[in-house]
Amino acid sequence: MTDTQYDRAPGDASALPDMERGTSSGVLVYTIGLALALLLTALSFWVANTSLLWAPGISLGLTVLAIAQMGIHLVFFLHITTGPDNTNNVMALAFGVLIVILVVVGSLLIMADLNDNMMPTAEIMNLHMQR
Amino acid sequence: MNIAVAVDDEVRYEARLSASEAGPAAKRIVVGYGFWVFLLSDIVMFAAIFAAYAVLAHATAGGPSGMQLFNQRSVAIETGCLLASSYTCGMMSLAISSRRYAVTYLAALITFVLGAAFLALELREFAGMIAIGAGPQRSAFLSAFFTLVGCHGLHVTAGLVWMAVMMAQLAIKGLSATVERRLLCFSLFWHALDIVWVWLFTVVYLMGVVS
Repeated sequence: MTDTQYDRAPGDASALPDMERGTSSGVLVYTIGLALALLLTALSFWVANTSLLWAPGISLGLTVLAIAQMGIHLVFFLHITTGPDNTNNVMALAFGVLIVILVVVGSLLIMADLNDNMMPTAEIMNLHMQR
Repeated sequence: MNIAVAVDDEVRYEARLSASEAGPAAKRIVVGYGFWVFLLSDIVMFAAIFAAYAVLAHATAGGPSGMQLFNQRSVAIETGCLLASSYTCGMMSLAISSRRYAVTYLAALITFVLGAAFLALELREFAGMIAIGAGPQRSAFLSAFFTLVGCHGLHVTAGLVWMAVMMAQLAIKGLSATVERRLLCFSLFWHALDIVWVWLFTVVYLMGVVS
């Protein structure tokens, strides 16, 4: 009989009885999170300053690193888990991410499109390209 | 021995009813969920400000651009401060759940000092920019920059005030269930601010230096 355990985060007391509430494992989780976050941060700064990489790809690379670091923070610091206590949090997070993507990508697309279609005489209105 | 194991198994079985059979969730979980929804709404607000910044990032109106203004070394130090303070905030949460008061106060103090150091560095950067005439009124880019980074700075300030209040509550009321839940919300807030900062240094500082 396999003993399936709920996926619980350290310091995350719940309705469940206290089974294993080891502080040392909690410290380990935070330390792993800090190490990974520092690694990704250092990588971001390196990517932004190196001349080894293909320049047009750097923005994309930085975005990927930021998404990865956001995941590290969510899992190791905010303790978003797959446990039943966390289902609602995960659903709310998914909805929040949807709204954030809609707002940011939508704004950028609309403003870029607006600039493309702007009358040439209306340079003064062209905020995006104004230098 | 066997009986003890059997009882233990029974307790575990009872504890693992499915969500629909388990009854109402513990208050701690409900409070955490409510605060999580607030945090997400806060992040949606940040998304709108990020979108405004991304649209206006090149609208320097002949003024200084990000490449001339941003000092990567100070940004790296600020990032280190916030990451370390997130870590010590996690240590504080662990100390609270195992009822170690001295460690709680110590971790809170270190978290506060690191947050204050971050804020001091950011204010010094703002003051330096305003001193060379690159204030928020100079260009649309700088208006968006001060709005975005300043909004995060205000959140950090609010977090520092909140932490001071929570330490006073901890000293006066002790570690009651209410105080413990408030401290849980505070640590969620502090970690969420770190996520906003990750996007901030990526989008504003690093991409600003690249392009």
